Amino acid sequence: MLSERNLKKLDEMKKYYQTSQSLVLPALWMVQEEHGHISEDAMKYVAKLLGVPFGHILGVVTFYTMLHRKPIGRHHVEVCTNVSCMLRGADKIVEHLEKRLGIKMGETSRDRKWTLSEVECMGSCGTAPMFAVGEEYYENLTPEKIDKLIADLERK
Amino acid sequence: MEKYLLPDIRDLHRIDVYEAHGGYKAFRKALQMKTEDVTEEVKKSGLKGRGGACFPTGLKWTFMPKQSDKPKYLCVNGDESEPGTFKDRQIFEFNPHLMIEGTLIAAYAMGGSISYIYVRGEYGKWIKMIEKALHDAYAKGYIGQNILGSGFSTEIIVHRGAGAYICGEESALMNSIEGDRGYPRVKPPFPAQNGLWGRATTINNVETISNVPLIIDRGWEWYSKIGAPKYPGPILVGVSGHVNKPGVYELPTGVPLLEIIHKYAGGVPGNKAIKAVFPGGSSTMVLRGDQLEGVCMDAESLKAAGSSVGTAGLIVMDEDTDLIKVIARIAKFYYHESCGQCTPCREGTGWLWKILNRFENGEGRWEDIDLLLDVANNVEGNTICALGDAAAWPVQSMVRRFRDEFERRAKIPRPKVLEAVAV
Repeated sequence: MLSERNLKKLDEMKKYYQTSQSLVLPALWMVQEEHGHISEDAMKYVAKLLGVPFGHILGVVTFYTMLHRKPIGRHHVEVCTNVSCMLRGADKIVEHLEKRLGIKMGETSRDRKWTLSEVECMGSCGTAPMFAVGEEYYENLTPEKIDKLIADLERK
Repeated sequence: MEKYLLPDIRDLHRIDVYEAHGGYKAFRKALQMKTEDVTEEVKKSGLKGRGGACFPTGLKWTFMPKQSDKPKYLCVNGDESEPGTFKDRQIFEFNPHLMIEGTLIAAYAMGGSISYIYVRGEYGKWIKMIEKALHDAYAKGYIGQNILGSGFSTEIIVHRGAGAYICGEESALMNSIEGDRGYPRVKPPFPAQNGLWGRATTINNVETISNVPLIIDRGWEWYSKIGAPKYPGPILVGVSGHVNKPGVYELPTGVPLLEIIHKYAGGVPGNKAIKAVFPGGSSTMVLRGDQLEGVCMDAESLKAAGSSVGTAGLIVMDEDTDLIKVIARIAKFYYHESCGQCTPCREGTGWLWKILNRFENGEGRWEDIDLLLDVANNVEGNTICALGDAAAWPVQSMVRRFRDEFERRAKIPRPKVLEAVAV
């Protein structure tokens, strides 16, 4: 389920940690990177790989917001609506995104291209309002800027 | 003033540029010192933690056992998730070697065998920048075995979080590194006795650790004279909300909040009046705009004003701000981030949010105002970690300092019988 490269990387990481359980988060990140989400089979795989009970893996996956148990859209648009972004017009950003993408907050488009999520503070308060797509931050947003960004992402 | 944490030097994130500007000089100096002298220097400098709790850094280091046949660890807390806080990110991006150098000095002083830089999962892009910097520092022999021929060996690794505010709490952070849910631990035992895998561990914030090279390089006397005497040093102030120039400003501690807002952050758009500010992130007590005169970005001054310095994330709200909407959003945040271990926090945060939601939707009742205080008071101090307090303080202060806003929004107004009593 994990690539040779990642298995090797996990093996190299072992020397930094006292227990193999400590590799749960790194391993889950790798699974998500390779497969887009963490299925039940993937959790069983990680459990076996690290010698940790399945229930423990499930507990970890359900605890952390960024780990997904279900497939999500190719572009995951995460909009911060916390206080600093809210004060600088996050509501309008959300409204515009919902209209532009044709989906509501928390939904994935039928073609699995887009998922729209509300997220907590992303540490982008000085460049609010913002959203992130994958690891990329898009900041100081305006409706015009969003239209251009979405058009660019559509092509990807 | 001169900037030390984020100086205006191009490409400072590159190791050659960092070295050309005196980088790793402090670490070389530390390696020539006795370990206890390094700790003493930090202790005398007066440096206090920049992650919110303001604990004296040098003192924290002295809690670590001096002689131990077991490995000791250091965690650098870069979980940075407090709403209104975006300072550590600047260090990761513009001056990562300063953090690495500080980590090395701390590891040397405490005999740490491995340091874990715990970074929030959302900062994937910045994690790559830190990893690049670590790679370069390893290549130059600053990290690893027998560093610079000193006989001292230590390792540094980045550990990525996965979206949990609570992992910024030091014991939850350790549980997260151990591959567990981010549940805070009951203290005592404190991390210095029983930390990662039961070993002695110290946790310092990214900005805190980045101050260490300055202290070692120029000495504690020099450092202790910067800014406010009881909370000295440079500080990264993040200004957000209703200002013309939001951003992170490096200032000496003790600059008046109004000066930060007007001189550095360019004032309030449209020259509007300031209705309220959170001085140190969303978990610090809100201050009214009319009580800001003379209040400074300093632990002592903010405490006297009825708030705290927190992570120095100054959130500014102008006169047209709907404070009910603000506090409802903040309550929702703490409800979402409560780990669920302690009943008062798990239930209380949700309850607070529901009540505030009623006010937001025009369904608030007069008695809800005191109910907010009652619930918040029963969360505060009754939980394993400080998240309960962090959820309670903004609500308590908002109700106390802006009670009129709640009264105006209450759908079911003040009962007649109370009016009779008041007469």
